[in-house]
Amino acid sequence: MSDNPLQLDNVSFGFGSIAVFEKLSLAVARGEFVAIVGPSGCGKTTLLDLFSQFRAPTSGTIQCTGGVRMVYQHDSLFPWQTVSQNIALGLSHITDAGEQRRRIGEMLSLINLEQFGDTYPHQLSGGMRRRVELARALAGDSDILLLDEPFSALDYLTRLRLRNELARMLEEFPRTVVLVTHDIEEAAQLADRVLVFSERPARICCEITLELKRPRELTHPQVVQTVHRILAELGLEHQDRHLAVLA
Amino acid sequence: MKIKLSSSQLLPALVLLGALLLWIVLSLLKVFPESVFPSPLAVAKGFVEEARSGRLLDDLVASLFRVTTGFVLSVFTGIPVGLWLGRSQRARQALLPTINFFRNLSPLAWIPFAILWFGVGDLPTIFLIFMAAFFPTVIATMGAVASIPSVYFRVARDYGFSNSKILTHVTLPAIAPQVITSLRVTAGLAWLVVVAAEMIAGRAGLGFAIWDARNGLRMDLLVCGMIVIGLIGVVIDRILVQLTKIPSVRWGYER
Ligand SMILES: Nc1ncnc2c1ncn2[C@@H]1O[C@H](COP(=O)(O)OP(=O)(O)OP(=O)(O)O)[C@@H](O)[C@H]1O
Ligand SMILES: [Mg+2]
Repeated sequence: MSDNPLQLDNVSFGFGSIAVFEKLSLAVARGEFVAIVGPSGCGKTTLLDLFSQFRAPTSGTIQCTGGVRMVYQHDSLFPWQTVSQNIALGLSHITDAGEQRRRIGEMLSLINLEQFGDTYPHQLSGGMRRRVELARALAGDSDILLLDEPFSALDYLTRLRLRNELARMLEEFPRTVVLVTHDIEEAAQLADRVLVFSERPARICCEITLELKRPRELTHPQVVQTVHRILAELGLEHQDRHLAVLA
Repeated sequence: MKIKLSSSQLLPALVLLGALLLWIVLSLLKVFPESVFPSPLAVAKGFVEEARSGRLLDDLVASLFRVTTGFVLSVFTGIPVGLWLGRSQRARQALLPTINFFRNLSPLAWIPFAILWFGVGDLPTIFLIFMAAFFPTVIATMGAVASIPSVYFRVARDYGFSNSKILTHVTLPAIAPQVITSLRVTAGLAWLVVVAAEMIAGRAGLGFAIWDARNGLRMDLLVCGMIVIGLIGVVIDRILVQLTKIPSVRWGYER
Protein backbone atom coordinates (compact mmCIF):
# COMPACT_ATOMS: atom_id res chain seq x y z
CA MET A 1 0.00 0.00 0.00
CA SER A 2 1.22 3.44 -0.89
CA ASP A 3 -0.18 6.78 0.15
CA ASN A 4 -1.25 7.74 -3.35
CA PRO A 5 -4.91 8.74 -3.28
CA LEU A 6 -5.48 7.01 -6.62
CA GLN A 7 -3.70 3.90 -7.73
CA LEU A 8 -4.32 1.07 -10.21
CA ASP A 9 -2.24 -2.11 -10.09
CA ASN A 10 -2.39 -4.55 -12.99
CA VAL A 11 -6.02 -3.70 -13.62
CA SER A 12 -7.89 -5.48 -16.39
CA PHE A 13 -11.40 -4.61 -17.44
CA GLY A 14 -13.65 -5.37 -20.39
CA PHE A 15 -17.21 -5.06 -21.62
CA GLY A 16 -18.06 -8.58 -22.71
CA SER A 17 -15.58 -9.48 -25.41
CA ILE A 18 -14.22 -5.93 -25.69
CA ALA A 19 -11.03 -5.68 -23.66
CA VAL A 20 -10.69 -2.09 -22.50
CA PHE A 21 -7.70 -2.41 -20.14
CA GLU A 22 -5.15 -5.17 -19.81
CA LYS A 23 -2.89 -5.06 -16.80
CA LEU A 24 -2.87 -1.30 -16.53
CA SER A 25 -0.93 0.29 -13.69
CA LEU A 26 -1.11 3.93 -12.81
CA ALA A 27 -0.71 6.11 -9.74
CA VAL A 28 -1.72 9.68 -9.01
CA ALA A 29 0.02 11.50 -6.17
CA ARG A 30 -1.71 13.72 -3.63
CA GLY A 31 -2.42 17.15 -5.05
CA GLU A 32 -1.28 16.13 -8.51
CA PHE A 33 -3.16 17.20 -11.65
CA VAL A 34 -3.11 14.42 -14.24
CA ALA A 35 -4.58 14.87 -17.69
CA ILE A 36 -5.50 11.91 -19.87
CA VAL A 37 -5.74 12.22 -23.63
CA GLY A 38 -6.35 9.46 -26.10
CA PRO A 39 -8.42 8.37 -29.07
CA SER A 40 -12.20 8.27 -28.75
CA GLY A 41 -13.48 4.99 -27.30
CA CYS A 42 -10.14 3.99 -25.81
CA GLY A 43 -11.54 3.80 -22.28
CA LYS A 44 -11.02 7.19 -20.66
CA THR A 45 -14.51 7.44 -19.19
CA THR A 46 -14.22 3.81 -18.12
CA LEU A 47 -11.00 4.63 -16.28
CA LEU A 48 -12.78 7.33 -14.27
CA ASP A 49 -15.62 4.89 -13.56
CA LEU A 50 -13.04 2.46 -12.18
CA PHE A 51 -11.46 5.16 -10.02
CA SER A 52 -14.85 6.17 -8.62
CA GLN A 53 -15.67 2.50 -7.97
CA PHE A 54 -18.72 2.72 -10.21
CA ARG A 55 -17.29 -0.25 -12.09
CA ALA A 56 -15.27 -3.10 -10.59
CA PRO A 57 -12.20 -4.46 -12.41
CA THR A 58 -12.12 -8.06 -13.63
CA SER A 59 -8.68 -8.40 -12.08
CA GLY A 60 -6.12 -6.22 -10.33
CA THR A 61 -6.55 -3.80 -7.47
CA ILE A 62 -7.80 -0.26 -7.33
CA GLN A 63 -7.01 2.05 -4.49
CA CYS A 64 -9.01 5.21 -4.01
CA THR A 65 -8.66 6.99 -0.69
CA GLY A 66 -10.70 10.05 0.11
CA GLY A 67 -13.93 11.59 -1.01
CA VAL A 68 -14.45 11.61 -4.78
CA ARG A 69 -16.44 14.07 -6.87
CA MET A 70 -17.03 13.56 -10.55
CA VAL A 71 -17.98 16.01 -13.29
CA TYR A 72 -19.66 13.99 -16.00
CA GLN A 73 -19.23 14.20 -19.74
CA HIS A 74 -22.89 15.22 -20.14
CA ASP A 75 -25.08 17.70 -18.27
CA SER A 76 -25.82 16.34 -14.84
CA LEU A 77 -27.16 19.30 -12.89
CA PHE A 78 -30.60 18.58 -11.50
CA PRO A 79 -32.85 20.70 -13.73
CA TRP A 80 -35.55 20.87 -11.05
CA GLN A 81 -33.21 22.61 -8.62
CA THR A 82 -31.82 26.11 -8.69
CA VAL A 83 -28.12 26.81 -9.05
CA SER A 84 -27.83 27.32 -5.28
CA GLN A 85 -29.68 24.09 -4.51
CA ASN A 86 -27.45 22.18 -6.91
CA ILE A 87 -24.32 23.55 -5.32
CA ALA A 88 -25.76 22.79 -1.87
CA LEU A 89 -25.71 19.08 -2.76
CA GLY A 90 -21.98 19.15 -2.18
CA LEU A 91 -22.44 20.91 1.16
CA SER A 92 -25.01 18.66 2.80
CA HIS A 93 -22.56 17.80 5.59
CA ILE A 94 -22.87 21.40 6.83
CA THR A 95 -25.92 21.43 9.06
CA ASP A 96 -25.93 25.09 9.98
CA ALA A 97 -28.16 26.84 7.44
CA GLY A 98 -26.41 30.19 7.71
CA GLU A 99 -22.99 28.66 7.23
CA GLN A 100 -24.27 26.68 4.26
CA ARG A 101 -25.65 29.84 2.68
CA ARG A 102 -22.31 31.54 3.19
CA ARG A 103 -20.45 28.69 1.50
CA ILE A 104 -22.88 28.68 -1.43
CA GLY A 105 -22.32 32.42 -1.83
CA GLU A 106 -18.59 31.81 -1.78
CA MET A 107 -18.85 29.20 -4.56
CA LEU A 108 -21.14 31.46 -6.59
CA SER A 109 -18.66 34.30 -6.49
CA LEU A 110 -15.85 31.88 -7.33
CA ILE A 111 -17.62 31.07 -10.62
CA ASN A 112 -18.77 34.68 -11.12
CA LEU A 113 -22.45 33.79 -10.98
CA GLU A 114 -23.42 35.76 -7.86
CA GLN A 115 -26.69 36.93 -9.39
CA PHE A 116 -27.73 33.50 -10.59
CA GLY A 117 -28.25 31.60 -7.34
CA ASP A 118 -32.00 31.37 -7.81
CA THR A 119 -31.84 30.60 -11.51
CA TYR A 120 -32.64 27.15 -12.90
CA PRO A 121 -30.03 25.39 -15.07
CA HIS A 122 -32.11 25.57 -18.26
CA GLN A 123 -32.02 29.35 -18.01
CA LEU A 124 -28.20 29.38 -18.16
CA SER A 125 -25.82 29.11 -21.10
CA GLY A 126 -23.79 25.96 -21.63
CA GLY A 127 -20.64 27.54 -20.21
CA MET A 128 -22.47 28.82 -17.14
CA ARG A 129 -23.87 25.33 -16.52
CA ARG A 130 -20.40 23.79 -16.69
CA ARG A 131 -19.18 26.34 -14.17
CA VAL A 132 -21.99 25.36 -11.81
CA GLU A 133 -21.07 21.68 -12.24
CA LEU A 134 -17.49 22.51 -11.28
CA ALA A 135 -18.68 24.51 -8.28
CA ARG A 136 -20.94 21.67 -7.16
CA ALA A 137 -18.04 19.20 -7.38
CA LEU A 138 -15.61 21.55 -5.61
CA ALA A 139 -18.00 22.53 -2.83
CA GLY A 140 -17.55 20.45 0.25
CA ASP A 141 -14.55 18.54 1.43
CA SER A 142 -13.81 15.89 -1.19
CA ASP A 143 -10.13 15.22 -1.92
CA ILE A 144 -10.32 13.91 -5.45
CA LEU A 145 -11.85 15.49 -8.51
CA LEU A 146 -12.56 13.40 -11.61
CA LEU A 147 -13.36 15.51 -14.66
CA ASP A 148 -14.70 13.84 -17.80
CA GLU A 149 -14.29 16.26 -20.70
CA PRO A 150 -15.85 19.05 -18.67
CA PHE A 151 -15.49 21.69 -21.38
CA SER A 152 -15.71 19.72 -24.60
CA ALA A 153 -19.18 20.93 -25.53
CA LEU A 154 -18.17 24.59 -25.35
CA ASP A 155 -16.84 27.08 -27.86
CA TYR A 156 -13.13 27.79 -28.00
CA LEU A 157 -13.13 31.14 -26.20
CA THR A 158 -15.31 29.90 -23.36
CA ARG A 159 -13.02 26.92 -23.04
CA LEU A 160 -9.97 29.15 -22.72
CA ARG A 161 -11.71 31.20 -20.06
CA LEU A 162 -12.89 28.18 -18.06
CA ARG A 163 -9.41 26.67 -18.10
CA ASN A 164 -8.13 29.71 -16.25
CA GLU A 165 -11.11 29.62 -13.98
CA LEU A 166 -10.46 25.97 -13.10
CA ALA A 167 -6.81 26.78 -12.37
CA ARG A 168 -7.92 29.60 -10.10
CA MET A 169 -10.50 27.43 -8.32
CA LEU A 170 -7.90 24.75 -7.67
CA GLU A 171 -5.59 27.39 -6.26
CA GLU A 172 -8.25 28.13 -3.68
CA PHE A 173 -9.48 24.57 -3.17
CA PRO A 174 -6.53 22.25 -3.86
CA ARG A 175 -7.51 18.77 -5.01
CA THR A 176 -6.05 15.69 -6.61
CA VAL A 177 -7.38 15.94 -10.16
CA VAL A 178 -7.77 13.54 -13.06
CA LEU A 179 -8.91 15.37 -16.18
CA VAL A 180 -10.00 13.43 -19.25
CA THR A 181 -9.95 15.58 -22.34
CA HIS A 182 -9.80 15.61 -26.12
CA ASP A 183 -8.31 19.05 -25.98
CA ILE A 184 -4.54 18.75 -26.13
CA GLU A 185 -4.01 22.42 -25.35
CA GLU A 186 -6.18 22.07 -22.28
CA ALA A 187 -4.04 19.18 -21.06
CA ALA A 188 -0.82 21.09 -21.71
CA GLN A 189 -2.09 24.24 -20.03
CA LEU A 190 -3.44 22.61 -16.88
CA ALA A 191 -1.75 19.33 -16.03
CA ASP A 192 1.31 18.46 -13.98
CA ARG A 193 1.45 15.25 -15.95
CA VAL A 194 -0.13 14.30 -19.27
CA LEU A 195 -0.80 10.63 -20.06
CA VAL A 196 -1.37 9.74 -23.69
CA PHE A 197 -3.43 6.57 -24.10
CA SER A 198 -3.29 4.21 -27.05
CA GLU A 199 -6.19 2.58 -28.88
CA ARG A 200 -8.01 -0.25 -27.07
CA PRO A 201 -6.82 -2.17 -25.12
CA ALA A 202 -5.49 1.07 -23.74
CA ARG A 203 -1.88 1.42 -22.69
CA ILE A 204 -0.11 4.56 -21.55
CA CYS A 205 2.03 5.20 -24.58
CA CYS A 206 3.65 8.37 -23.32
CA GLU A 207 3.95 10.40 -20.16
CA ILE A 208 4.88 14.09 -20.18
CA THR A 209 5.65 16.02 -17.00
CA LEU A 210 5.37 19.80 -16.76
CA GLU A 211 6.73 21.77 -13.88
CA LEU A 212 5.38 25.14 -14.87
CA LYS A 213 3.16 26.96 -12.37
CA ARG A 214 -0.55 27.43 -13.14
CA PRO A 215 -2.24 29.41 -14.67
CA ARG A 216 -0.07 29.07 -17.75
CA GLU A 217 -0.09 31.19 -20.85
CA LEU A 218 -1.35 29.28 -23.85
CA THR A 219 1.64 30.50 -25.82
CA HIS A 220 4.29 29.70 -23.21
CA PRO A 221 7.09 27.76 -25.00
CA GLN A 222 6.78 24.77 -22.64
CA VAL A 223 3.03 24.56 -23.24
CA VAL A 224 3.52 24.82 -27.00
CA GLN A 225 6.22 22.18 -26.91
CA THR A 226 4.00 19.83 -24.92
CA VAL A 227 1.22 20.26 -27.47
CA HIS A 228 3.66 19.28 -30.21
CA ARG A 229 4.83 16.24 -28.31
CA ILE A 230 1.31 14.99 -27.66
CA LEU A 231 0.38 15.49 -31.30
CA ALA A 232 3.45 13.57 -32.37
CA GLU A 233 2.64 10.81 -29.89
CA LEU A 234 -0.87 10.52 -31.34
CA GLY A 235 0.66 10.26 -34.80
CA LEU A 236 -0.76 13.56 -35.93
CA GLU A 237 2.52 15.41 -36.42
CA HIS A 238 6.13 14.51 -37.16
CA GLN A 239 8.28 15.22 -34.19
CA ASP A 240 11.42 16.13 -36.17
CA ARG A 241 9.47 18.73 -38.13
CA HIS A 242 8.54 20.84 -35.10
CA LEU A 243 12.03 20.45 -33.71
CA ALA A 244 13.26 21.90 -36.95
CA VAL A 245 10.87 24.82 -36.56
CA LEU A 246 11.99 25.48 -33.01
CA ALA A 247 15.65 25.40 -33.95
CA MET B 1 -46.45 44.38 -29.35
CA LYS B 2 -49.31 46.32 -27.77
CA ILE B 3 -51.63 45.58 -30.67
CA LYS B 4 -50.70 41.93 -30.57
CA LEU B 5 -51.44 41.63 -26.87
CA SER B 6 -54.94 43.07 -27.18
CA SER B 7 -55.65 41.07 -30.33
CA SER B 8 -54.76 37.88 -28.49
CA GLN B 9 -57.72 38.56 -26.21
CA LEU B 10 -59.89 40.26 -28.79
CA LEU B 11 -59.77 37.53 -31.43
CA PRO B 12 -61.16 34.70 -29.33
CA ALA B 13 -63.83 37.03 -27.96
CA LEU B 14 -64.79 37.98 -31.52
CA VAL B 15 -65.03 34.35 -32.55
CA LEU B 16 -67.31 33.56 -29.62
CA LEU B 17 -69.41 36.62 -30.37
CA GLY B 18 -69.64 35.53 -34.03
CA ALA B 19 -70.82 32.06 -33.00
CA LEU B 20 -73.45 33.62 -30.77
CA LEU B 21 -74.59 35.90 -33.59
CA LEU B 22 -74.83 32.97 -35.99
CA TRP B 23 -76.94 31.15 -33.42
CA ILE B 24 -79.24 34.18 -33.01
CA VAL B 25 -79.59 34.63 -36.78
CA LEU B 26 -80.29 30.95 -37.37
CA SER B 27 -82.98 30.88 -34.70
CA LEU B 28 -84.52 34.20 -35.89
CA LEU B 29 -84.67 32.93 -39.47
CA LYS B 30 -86.26 29.75 -38.13
CA VAL B 31 -84.01 27.56 -40.26
CA PHE B 32 -84.84 24.76 -37.85
CA PRO B 33 -88.05 24.51 -35.82
CA GLU B 34 -87.84 25.95 -32.31
CA SER B 35 -88.48 22.52 -30.78
CA VAL B 36 -85.16 21.11 -32.05
CA PHE B 37 -83.15 24.34 -32.19
CA PRO B 38 -83.69 26.46 -29.07
CA SER B 39 -83.01 30.19 -29.30
CA PRO B 40 -80.36 31.84 -27.12
CA LEU B 41 -83.12 33.63 -25.24
CA ALA B 42 -84.88 30.37 -24.40
CA VAL B 43 -81.59 28.88 -23.23
CA ALA B 44 -80.87 31.93 -21.07
CA LYS B 45 -84.34 31.64 -19.51
CA GLY B 46 -83.77 27.93 -18.96
CA PHE B 47 -80.46 28.70 -17.31
CA VAL B 48 -82.05 31.14 -14.89
CA GLU B 49 -84.81 28.64 -14.14
CA GLU B 50 -82.33 25.85 -13.44
CA ALA B 51 -80.10 28.08 -11.36
CA ARG B 52 -83.06 29.38 -9.29
CA SER B 53 -84.40 25.91 -8.55
CA GLY B 54 -80.94 24.86 -7.38
CA ARG B 55 -80.93 21.88 -9.71
CA LEU B 56 -78.02 23.18 -11.74
CA LEU B 57 -75.85 23.57 -8.67
CA ASP B 58 -76.82 20.11 -7.40
CA ASP B 59 -75.98 18.51 -10.72
CA LEU B 60 -72.72 20.41 -10.93
CA VAL B 61 -71.70 19.35 -7.42
CA ALA B 62 -72.66 15.73 -8.11
CA SER B 63 -70.58 15.58 -11.28
CA LEU B 64 -67.60 17.38 -9.80
CA PHE B 65 -67.64 15.14 -6.74
CA ARG B 66 -67.54 12.01 -8.92
CA VAL B 67 -64.84 13.30 -11.24
CA THR B 68 -62.68 14.49 -8.38
CA THR B 69 -63.02 11.25 -6.43
CA GLY B 70 -62.39 8.99 -9.43
CA PHE B 71 -59.54 11.13 -10.70
CA VAL B 72 -57.80 11.45 -7.34
CA LEU B 73 -58.15 7.71 -6.74
CA SER B 74 -56.62 6.91 -10.11
CA VAL B 75 -53.76 9.38 -9.58
CA PHE B 76 -52.91 8.06 -6.13
CA THR B 77 -52.89 4.46 -7.33
CA GLY B 78 -51.70 4.98 -10.90
CA ILE B 79 -48.54 6.95 -10.08
CA PRO B 80 -47.18 4.38 -7.57
CA VAL B 81 -47.93 1.52 -9.97
CA GLY B 82 -46.26 3.48 -12.77
CA LEU B 83 -43.21 4.11 -10.58
CA TRP B 84 -42.97 0.43 -9.82
CA LEU B 85 -43.30 -0.61 -13.47
CA GLY B 86 -40.78 2.02 -14.51
CA ARG B 87 -38.18 0.61 -12.13
CA SER B 88 -38.78 -3.11 -12.48
CA GLN B 89 -38.32 -4.64 -15.87
CA ARG B 90 -39.84 -7.93 -14.75
CA ALA B 91 -43.00 -6.24 -13.56
CA ARG B 92 -43.14 -4.34 -16.83
CA GLN B 93 -42.82 -7.50 -18.88
CA ALA B 94 -45.47 -9.22 -16.84
CA LEU B 95 -48.07 -6.46 -16.66
CA LEU B 96 -47.64 -4.20 -19.66
CA PRO B 97 -49.70 -6.26 -22.14
CA THR B 98 -52.62 -6.41 -19.71
CA ILE B 99 -52.41 -2.71 -18.97
CA ASN B 100 -52.28 -1.90 -22.66
CA PHE B 101 -55.36 -4.03 -23.22
CA PHE B 102 -57.35 -2.16 -20.60
CA ARG B 103 -56.07 1.19 -21.71
CA ASN B 104 -57.37 0.58 -25.21
CA LEU B 105 -60.72 -0.70 -23.97
CA SER B 106 -63.17 2.20 -23.91
CA PRO B 107 -64.23 2.81 -20.30
CA LEU B 108 -67.79 3.13 -21.57
CA ALA B 109 -67.77 -0.59 -22.35
CA TRP B 110 -67.78 -1.10 -18.59
CA ILE B 111 -71.11 0.72 -18.15
CA PRO B 112 -73.30 -2.44 -18.03
CA PHE B 113 -71.08 -4.08 -15.44
CA ALA B 114 -70.76 -0.85 -13.50
CA ILE B 115 -74.55 -0.76 -13.12
CA LEU B 116 -74.81 -4.47 -12.32
CA TRP B 117 -72.12 -4.28 -9.67
CA PHE B 118 -72.71 -0.84 -8.19
CA GLY B 119 -76.28 0.07 -9.07
CA VAL B 120 -76.94 3.69 -10.04
CA GLY B 121 -75.54 6.83 -8.40
CA ASP B 122 -72.04 7.86 -7.39
CA LEU B 123 -70.30 4.50 -7.23
CA PRO B 124 -70.67 3.22 -10.80
CA THR B 125 -69.66 6.62 -12.17
CA ILE B 126 -66.59 6.83 -9.94
CA PHE B 127 -65.68 3.31 -11.02
CA LEU B 128 -65.94 4.28 -14.70
CA ILE B 129 -63.84 7.42 -14.21
CA PHE B 130 -61.25 5.36 -12.42
CA MET B 131 -61.15 2.88 -15.30
CA ALA B 132 -60.70 5.78 -17.73
CA ALA B 133 -57.92 7.58 -15.86
CA PHE B 134 -55.96 4.81 -14.12
CA PHE B 135 -54.32 3.10 -17.09
CA PRO B 136 -53.13 6.23 -18.93
CA THR B 137 -51.66 7.51 -15.65
CA VAL B 138 -49.77 4.24 -15.14
CA ILE B 139 -48.40 4.25 -18.69
CA ALA B 140 -47.36 7.92 -18.59
CA THR B 141 -45.63 7.57 -15.20
CA MET B 142 -43.89 4.40 -16.29
CA GLY B 143 -42.61 6.01 -19.47
CA ALA B 144 -41.42 9.06 -17.58
CA VAL B 145 -39.52 6.96 -15.02
CA ALA B 146 -37.90 4.81 -17.70
CA SER B 147 -36.64 7.90 -19.52
CA ILE B 148 -34.91 9.58 -16.54
CA PRO B 149 -31.24 9.95 -17.57
CA SER B 150 -29.26 7.48 -15.47
CA VAL B 151 -26.64 10.14 -14.68
CA TYR B 152 -29.09 11.73 -12.20
CA PHE B 153 -29.09 8.53 -10.16
CA ARG B 154 -25.31 8.42 -10.28
CA VAL B 155 -25.11 11.99 -9.03
CA ALA B 156 -27.58 11.12 -6.27
CA ARG B 157 -25.37 8.24 -5.19
CA ASP B 158 -22.21 10.39 -5.44
CA TYR B 159 -23.78 12.84 -3.00
CA GLY B 160 -24.94 10.13 -0.62
CA PHE B 161 -28.71 10.19 -1.15
CA SER B 162 -30.69 7.52 0.69
CA ASN B 163 -33.22 5.45 -1.26
CA SER B 164 -36.14 7.49 0.02
CA LYS B 165 -34.35 10.72 -0.80
CA ILE B 166 -33.72 9.42 -4.32
CA LEU B 167 -37.46 8.89 -4.69
CA THR B 168 -38.48 12.30 -3.36
CA HIS B 169 -35.55 14.37 -4.67
CA VAL B 170 -34.74 12.69 -7.99
CA THR B 171 -37.40 10.36 -9.35
CA LEU B 172 -40.51 12.38 -8.51
CA PRO B 173 -39.18 15.79 -9.61
CA ALA B 174 -37.69 14.23 -12.74
CA ILE B 175 -41.03 12.78 -13.86
CA ALA B 176 -43.18 15.71 -12.68
CA PRO B 177 -43.39 17.58 -16.01
CA GLN B 178 -44.46 14.53 -17.99
CA VAL B 179 -46.87 13.36 -15.31
CA ILE B 180 -48.50 16.80 -15.12
CA THR B 181 -49.02 16.76 -18.88
CA SER B 182 -50.66 13.36 -18.62
CA LEU B 183 -52.84 14.54 -15.73
CA ARG B 184 -54.24 17.27 -17.95
CA VAL B 185 -55.12 14.71 -20.59
CA THR B 186 -56.66 12.23 -18.17
CA ALA B 187 -58.63 14.92 -16.35
CA GLY B 188 -60.17 15.86 -19.71
CA LEU B 189 -60.89 12.19 -20.34
CA ALA B 190 -62.49 11.83 -16.92
CA TRP B 191 -64.74 14.80 -17.61
CA LEU B 192 -65.86 13.23 -20.90
CA VAL B 193 -66.56 9.94 -19.18
CA VAL B 194 -68.56 11.40 -16.29
CA VAL B 195 -71.09 12.92 -18.65
CA ALA B 196 -71.52 9.71 -20.63
CA ALA B 197 -71.70 7.59 -17.49
CA GLU B 198 -74.28 9.79 -15.81
CA MET B 199 -76.53 9.66 -18.86
CA ILE B 200 -76.92 5.94 -18.27
CA ALA B 201 -75.97 5.17 -14.69
CA GLY B 202 -76.82 8.44 -12.96
CA ARG B 203 -79.68 9.87 -10.97
CA ALA B 204 -78.10 13.32 -10.75
CA GLY B 205 -75.23 15.13 -12.38
CA LEU B 206 -74.79 17.14 -15.54
CA GLY B 207 -74.90 14.08 -17.81
CA PHE B 208 -78.14 12.99 -16.19
CA ALA B 209 -79.52 16.53 -16.53
CA ILE B 210 -78.89 16.43 -20.26
CA TRP B 211 -80.53 13.06 -20.62
CA ASP B 212 -83.46 14.20 -18.51
CA ALA B 213 -83.90 17.35 -20.60
CA ARG B 214 -83.89 15.29 -23.77
CA ASN B 215 -86.55 12.93 -22.34
CA GLY B 216 -88.66 15.90 -21.29
CA LEU B 217 -88.12 17.51 -24.74
CA ARG B 218 -86.60 20.57 -23.04
CA MET B 219 -84.00 21.42 -25.66
CA ASP B 220 -83.32 24.75 -23.96
CA LEU B 221 -82.21 22.95 -20.79
CA LEU B 222 -80.20 20.51 -22.87
CA VAL B 223 -78.19 23.31 -24.46
CA CYS B 224 -77.84 24.96 -21.06
CA GLY B 225 -76.32 21.72 -19.72
CA MET B 226 -74.01 21.43 -22.71
CA ILE B 227 -72.68 24.92 -22.18
CA VAL B 228 -72.03 24.32 -18.50
CA ILE B 229 -70.25 21.01 -19.25
CA GLY B 230 -68.00 22.65 -21.82
CA LEU B 231 -67.19 25.58 -19.55
CA ILE B 232 -66.36 23.37 -16.57
CA GLY B 233 -64.08 21.27 -18.77
CA VAL B 234 -62.18 24.39 -19.73
CA VAL B 235 -62.00 25.52 -16.09
CA ILE B 236 -60.60 22.14 -14.98
CA ASP B 237 -57.87 22.35 -17.59
CA ARG B 238 -57.08 25.96 -16.62
CA ILE B 239 -56.66 24.84 -13.02
CA LEU B 240 -54.31 22.00 -13.98
CA VAL B 241 -52.32 24.32 -16.24
CA GLN B 242 -51.34 26.17 -13.06
CA LEU B 243 -49.28 23.11 -12.11
CA THR B 244 -47.07 23.63 -15.16
CA LYS B 245 -46.16 27.09 -13.81
CA ILE B 246 -44.43 25.74 -10.70
CA PRO B 247 -40.81 26.93 -11.04
CA SER B 248 -39.27 23.52 -10.40
CA VAL B 249 -41.13 21.90 -13.31
CA ARG B 250 -40.67 24.68 -15.90
CA TRP B 251 -37.54 22.96 -17.28
CA GLY B 252 -39.71 20.15 -18.62
CA TYR B 253 -41.63 22.50 -20.89
CA GLU B 254 -38.86 24.80 -22.04
CA ARG B 255 -36.39 22.60 -23.83
N1 LIG C 1 -21.96 0.64 -21.06
C1 LIG C 1 -21.16 0.01 -21.95
N2 LIG C 1 -21.46 -1.22 -22.38
C2 LIG C 1 -20.66 -1.86 -23.27
N3 LIG C 1 -19.55 -1.34 -23.77
C3 LIG C 1 -19.18 -0.11 -23.38
C4 LIG C 1 -19.98 0.63 -22.45
N4 LIG C 1 -19.39 1.84 -22.24
C5 LIG C 1 -18.29 1.83 -23.02
N5 LIG C 1 -18.16 0.68 -23.71
C6 LIG C 1 -17.05 0.30 -24.59
O1 LIG C 1 -15.84 0.61 -23.91
C7 LIG C 1 -14.99 1.36 -24.72
C8 LIG C 1 -14.43 2.53 -23.91
O2 LIG C 1 -15.51 3.42 -23.63
P1 LIG C 1 -15.29 4.81 -22.92
O3 LIG C 1 -16.62 5.44 -22.74
O4 LIG C 1 -14.47 4.60 -21.71
O5 LIG C 1 -14.44 5.58 -24.02
P2 LIG C 1 -13.85 7.06 -23.97
O6 LIG C 1 -12.38 6.94 -24.09
O7 LIG C 1 -14.40 7.79 -22.80
O8 LIG C 1 -14.42 7.65 -25.32
P3 LIG C 1 -14.86 9.17 -25.62
O9 LIG C 1 -13.59 9.94 -25.71
O10 LIG C 1 -15.52 9.07 -26.94
O11 LIG C 1 -15.74 9.62 -24.51
C9 LIG C 1 -15.77 1.84 -25.92
O12 LIG C 1 -15.05 1.55 -27.07
C10 LIG C 1 -17.05 1.05 -25.89
O13 LIG C 1 -17.04 0.12 -26.94
MG1 LIG D 1 -15.78 9.37 -22.54
